[in-house]
Amino acid sequence: MRALRAQLFAELLLASRRGESVLVTLVIPAALLLFFSAVPLVPVAGEVPVAFLLPGTIGLAVIATAFVSLGIATAYERHYGVLKRLGGSPLPRPTFIAAKALAVLVIELVQLAVLVAAALALGWRPGGDPLVVAAALLLGTGAFAGLGLLLAGTLRAELTLAVTNGLFLGFLLLGDIVVPLSRLPEPLATVSRWLPATTLADALREGLTPGAPLPWADLAPLAAWAVVALGAAAFTFRVEE
Amino acid sequence: MDPVPAVVVDRLVKRYGERTAVDELSFTVAPGELLALLGPNGAGKTTTVETLEGYRTPDGGRVRVLGLDPRRDGAALRRRIGLMLQRGGLYPLLRPLELLRLYATYYPDPERPEALLERVGLDDPVVRRTAYRRLSGGEQQRLSLAVALVGRPELVFLDEPTAGLDPAARLRTGALIRELRSAGVTVLLTTHDLAEAERVADRVAIIDGGRLVALGTPAELLRGGDRLRFRAAPGLPVEALAAELRRAVGTGAGEPAELAVSEPAPGEYTVAARVTAELIAALAAVLRDRDVLLAELSTGQGSLEALFLRLTGERSAAEPPAERPAAEG
Repeated sequence: MRALRAQLFAELLLASRRGESVLVTLVIPAALLLFFSAVPLVPVAGEVPVAFLLPGTIGLAVIATAFVSLGIATAYERHYGVLKRLGGSPLPRPTFIAAKALAVLVIELVQLAVLVAAALALGWRPGGDPLVVAAALLLGTGAFAGLGLLLAGTLRAELTLAVTNGLFLGFLLLGDIVVPLSRLPEPLATVSRWLPATTLADALREGLTPGAPLPWADLAPLAAWAVVALGAAAFTFRVEE
Repeated sequence: MDPVPAVVVDRLVKRYGERTAVDELSFTVAPGELLALLGPNGAGKTTTVETLEGYRTPDGGRVRVLGLDPRRDGAALRRRIGLMLQRGGLYPLLRPLELLRLYATYYPDPERPEALLERVGLDDPVVRRTAYRRLSGGEQQRLSLAVALVGRPELVFLDEPTAGLDPAARLRTGALIRELRSAGVTVLLTTHDLAEAERVADRVAIIDGGRLVALGTPAELLRGGDRLRFRAAPGLPVEALAAELRRAVGTGAGEPAELAVSEPAPGEYTVAARVTAELIAALAAVLRDRDVLLAELSTGQGSLEALFLRLTGERSAAEPPAERPAAEG
């Protein structure tokens, strides 16, 4: 318990000291929410922009934390032998993994608070089913953490850095986050529909819409992404680069 | 030697693909002993230590650490050992005390991080505010050493603890390691520095090409052996030669009586005696007096000598070695 608390504290301290991590997790999603609300470059039929943008940027925040930040940090911990050194200490592996998972969830709660506060200021009216939102957040976190760790545990650190950043941009543009799926040309839209980013953003959007039915069509593929990505990461992860 | 060694390496074999990194290596470390694994780069030192730490599975043979199997009983073992990897391994963005406090939470009865920081000489206001990645090489090594000690280990593995340090930092770290030994901690360290092994270790195991070349106290290893071989005309009177050599080097106490000369093959002679410069000079003089030409003088442990030359040669890193050490053995 003492080790878990100390490890969680260290993870959060490290995240706060990585400037690029603060930028991608806290600044970019909030900045995009404010920017696209103020400048409606992509008109959204029949709703205030913030109602479309808030679920998308919450999804993007999850991607930034669980995929980009976790993936890059873990890749460099592997590169610098930090994981190997911890493996020679009595810290149990499950405790180490639990601390990382809890750190991701704590950061996501901070992101959620920032984005919801910004959305309220932009005139967003709360509504929907908090349980659906929580389920989407957990499954999305699992899916993206799995993908981030899959890269971090198999590629060189520099490559993980490049690939996660590239995919982050792809998810931002194609994941129904700031650009509605209906605006994408057809072959692209079909592919995008199955991206974990899209299913996460859409599940969150349904969850934040009052009276919407349970979004099984989004939650089920998201759950599949989570199981497959986490399984693949666990199976292929190599501690030494 | 103690009946239960702290470390047992018994005909250890470790291969990486085609290459055999460790080849039937055997040695033990007694409790409280400081053993240095000495060898050139690529000799198999790190592979051996990492097998003992539980990072590698042996391809052959057996290792025991504090009586435990590092792979099977890893969890129990990791509470009782400390280790220092060859490079890095600590969170680059954490400061010295943050790292020590973090590692302290992993162990049941840790040292006080503050006291430990003082002990390794990092109790400096500027160092305390500096993240690991911004510390100098020597400071990083000392912090790694402190982290290795925070759990009050019975046994520590130090892989090249002084590599890349300037001479002053090297001496300082060497003194810290001696202190550990005085406190009863068993130490297994690796080094490719002959002088360092000689300075800090109780015993030195010299390995090359994954094999044990020599094992003994620094004094035993540096004494230069107990055999002198030479070639000369066949059929020399060996008893008379021995008597003359005894007289020539006979000023010392007791030793000359053990001196013997034999001719195992025609024209090839062996002088069984402690090899000293004086003995070599005496042999040259005795043969000259008999008008016998001395050819191919060599001092016993040829492989060890060649290795010593390479080891000491490596320290003056200006010229590249004539051969790749790893390719031998």
